[in-house]
Amino acid sequence: MERTRKSVVSMRGVSKAFANGVRALADITLDIQDGEFLSVLGPSGCGKTTLLRLIAGLASPSGGTLSRPAGRNETGFVFQEPTLMPWATALANVALPLRLAGVARAERLARAAEALAGVGLAGFERSYPRELSGGMKMRVSIARALVSRPRLLLMDEPFAALDEIARHKLNIDLLALWRRERFTAVFVTHSVFESVFLSRRVVVMSARPGRISAELAIPVAYPRDEAFRTSADYAALCRQASQRLGEAMAVADAA
Amino acid sequence: MSAKAIAPLVLGVLILAVWEGAVRLLAVPSYILPGPVLIAETLVADWGLLAPSLGVTLAITLEALAAAVVVGGLLAVLFSLSRWVELSLFPYAIVLQVTPIVAIAPLIIIWANNVDLSLLICAWLVAFFPILSNTILGLRSVDRNLLSLFELHGAGRWRTLLHLRLPAALPYFLGGLRISGGLALIGAVVAEFVAGTGGNASGLAWRILEAGYQLKIPRMFAALVLISAAGIAIFLALTLLSHLLLRHWHESVLEERE
Ligand SMILES: Nc1ncnc2c1ncn2[C@@H]1O[C@H](COP(=O)(O)OP(=O)(O)OP(=O)(O)O)[C@@H](O)[C@H]1O
Ligand SMILES: [Mg+2]
Repeated sequence: MERTRKSVVSMRGVSKAFANGVRALADITLDIQDGEFLSVLGPSGCGKTTLLRLIAGLASPSGGTLSRPAGRNETGFVFQEPTLMPWATALANVALPLRLAGVARAERLARAAEALAGVGLAGFERSYPRELSGGMKMRVSIARALVSRPRLLLMDEPFAALDEIARHKLNIDLLALWRRERFTAVFVTHSVFESVFLSRRVVVMSARPGRISAELAIPVAYPRDEAFRTSADYAALCRQASQRLGEAMAVADAA
Repeated sequence: MSAKAIAPLVLGVLILAVWEGAVRLLAVPSYILPGPVLIAETLVADWGLLAPSLGVTLAITLEALAAAVVVGGLLAVLFSLSRWVELSLFPYAIVLQVTPIVAIAPLIIIWANNVDLSLLICAWLVAFFPILSNTILGLRSVDRNLLSLFELHGAGRWRTLLHLRLPAALPYFLGGLRISGGLALIGAVVAEFVAGTGGNASGLAWRILEAGYQLKIPRMFAALVLISAAGIAIFLALTLLSHLLLRHWHESVLEERE
């Protein structure tokens, strides 16, 4: 199935140590296939953010080899917080990547408006971040990551700060976006339920040093909706993922 | 008018009334403490003399403030671009800041050899530091993730400065500007006291000195009133500017929201 497709990101024995001696990642070998939805699940501090920053090219590995999309606008990043510029309207925030890429004003505003509409925020173009709710800010942040039509979308616990209701809604909207725009998604989370609901494949990490301790396929067809969330399949898969996560944490505690 | 504006006004009127009453009741001679009514009368009577002096003092203040904005702002940007420039220059900025202006004013007056220029330099020296240090702080206080985002999209140093660091520093800069506005006025007045110049083009400080020599105490108070009024006007104008620039987004101007 997906295995036959070519990979967008390929990591071989990648490690990352910081100047202060912390070994954040060790021996990460991971291929991310074109168009897949991959979740990275792991306890706090296991190196998930570090992994995403490596994939985005915001940091370089201390060891191993890593290949990733090289183009400027091929990678979108959604941070753990909305990370919007408070002095700019929602529209201007979304247009930022295009502005930095030198896209002409009229075109970038049109495309930004389209991206905003794509996350369900048509009509909020002129709102400033302070006028938006937490969930709406996160949507703006996603629209900004998608506006340059990246091949690869990296998301770092984007919904961690939101309540359950907003999170469920955004999960479903995110899957719809993914199916429509056909980007490759890497979704970092510490929620077992979220990772199973969203992805085709879950990578479980353990800490100190951060490494991949298990991988779990979620062989359920898309589209997935609220009915999937209450299905027996879902419950069984969540239990499995939980178990893997528990094992990963036990390994870390023993180490 | 809001209670915020009425409360200080009521207090002010009350104090003036008590002052006037006390001066009349105790028959305090006007060369020791004139009452507010006499001061107001003097202000009107001596307006022809005081207005040009107010103009001179205001001109020096505003020129010094403009110079402080340009130099303080540019230095802050330069420091943010190069750690080495900052490490080598910042200590000297601090030396300038901590040296009392009255102590170096005579030197500056000798060196500049031009009264207007030396007053300007003195006022500028007092005014530029808050702008410099606040703007540096602002340029540094940028969200790390936003910096990463700019890096991710290949924005270089200049575009990061223009689109991210400068807007992020704006509230800090404006905070510094409000402090500097008052300091520029103080600098202009203090420097003129030290210089002790007279003649046609003299400012309010000279009018105070002159009135003191001539024991025209009501005129001294009238000049003092003008200096305070100028200071308040500068502060209000800069507050308004700050409000206009930040009203859409900055937390400091959101308190009026329900
Ligand atoms: N810039 C840095 N310098 C030094 N150590 C760092 C740096 N960034 C992260 N670390 C360390 O690397 C480890 C992994 O951090 P990382 O932020 O990747 O974890 P995480 O899995 O994203 O955690 P969380 O779920 O809490 O966000 C931690 O021990 C952290 O202290
Ligand atoms: Mg993290």
